[in-house]
Amino acid sequence: MASGRRPEHMAPPEMFYNQEEAKKYSQNSRMMEIQSQMSERAVELLNLPEGQPCFLLDVGCGSGLSGDFLSEEGHVWVGVDISTAMLDVALDREVEGDLVLGDMGQGMPFKAGTFDGCISISALQWLCNADKKSHSPPRRLHVFFSSLYSSLSRGGRAVFQLYPENSEQLELITSQAMRAGFSGGMVVDYPNSSKAKKFFLCLFAGASGVLPKGLGGEASDRNVPDTVQFSGQRTRFKNLKGRSLKKGKDWILDKKERRRRQGREVRADTKYTARQRRPRF
Amino acid sequence: MKLLTHNMLTSHVKGVTKGYPLLIKATEVKVNEVEFNSQFVSRMIPKLEWSALVQAAEGLGHLEDLPAELVADYENNEEFLKKVHKVLLEVEVVEGSLQCPESGREFPISRGVPNMLLNEDEV
Repeated sequence: MASGRRPEHMAPPEMFYNQEEAKKYSQNSRMMEIQSQMSERAVELLNLPEGQPCFLLDVGCGSGLSGDFLSEEGHVWVGVDISTAMLDVALDREVEGDLVLGDMGQGMPFKAGTFDGCISISALQWLCNADKKSHSPPRRLHVFFSSLYSSLSRGGRAVFQLYPENSEQLELITSQAMRAGFSGGMVVDYPNSSKAKKFFLCLFAGASGVLPKGLGGEASDRNVPDTVQFSGQRTRFKNLKGRSLKKGKDWILDKKERRRRQGREVRADTKYTARQRRPRF
Repeated sequence: MKLLTHNMLTSHVKGVTKGYPLLIKATEVKVNEVEFNSQFVSRMIPKLEWSALVQAAEGLGHLEDLPAELVADYENNEEFLKKVHKVLLEVEVVEGSLQCPESGREFPISRGVPNMLLNEDEV
């Protein structure tokens, strides 16, 4: 993503999510669909006990789209957000959860062991910006993670969907989370697609668990060796024998799948897909 | 703000060691009907600070005859769970404020949303 298009570079969250921006979250159907898809996946990663109503925290709840999904599943939730305009939209939509106006970087004002789990959709990257002179991102991340750790019950999980800007930022976030006592790591869905790729930070409080697998990641796992192979030979790409990588059957099927996800018109896969045409004379 | 949320909220002003329970000063209270789920209520009871809940409910005038001490064997006492449900999830503070018992700092509540934002010197 171009840096100029990242919303956290434009203004602090309480300014950026003004009335105009907040209105989009209740009217733009594409935005709403993406938000609810991501919340669905985040709840799946939370791995809550089946058929048990839980008490959850939604950090950066905004207009409550992610919360709607939690209510549908029968859970009770509390949402925290810094933007009053977004919370007003949530109030107008009459969401079922309770709302609190608060800043993640100032810590979560809840007593110890309150929540069974925590989700957060596209909010964590805002913490990495220093919007005021007094803001220090590592410190704010530390305050956030340590207060979140204590407000979760033992064995609780926290799942954050985020758009990391670069690897340094990701490392800053994970190292602060680990320092606060969490275990866990990143889950990446669809690592091969630039548009469908989603990052989820899955953290466990107290009990360590098995990190879930990302979606659509099989293709990349298959041909990544543990060690880099070394050979003294120079590779000349021009003289490479055989067909180029971009014409293999796998590549074509993958590309058709990508196009389908974008909603374009794509021919169905048949036994003729990726076959060569018969030669003409 | 529901009383369930109030029971979990603490004051996080710098230097405060036990900012709990927050004192409710309500100017407008409403009762909103919510679907009863006995499993959820009995799961939440061990997490609650019972004395804080009774105190808050009494202050709002919606005590619903809750006993000062938690009754034993509440899981099977449906009548009791219904009362707790009403106090926890149906009574809502719409306007007013929350006061930190230690520092006296007030957090305003408007349209049912408590404002827990701190000033720079309180972080």
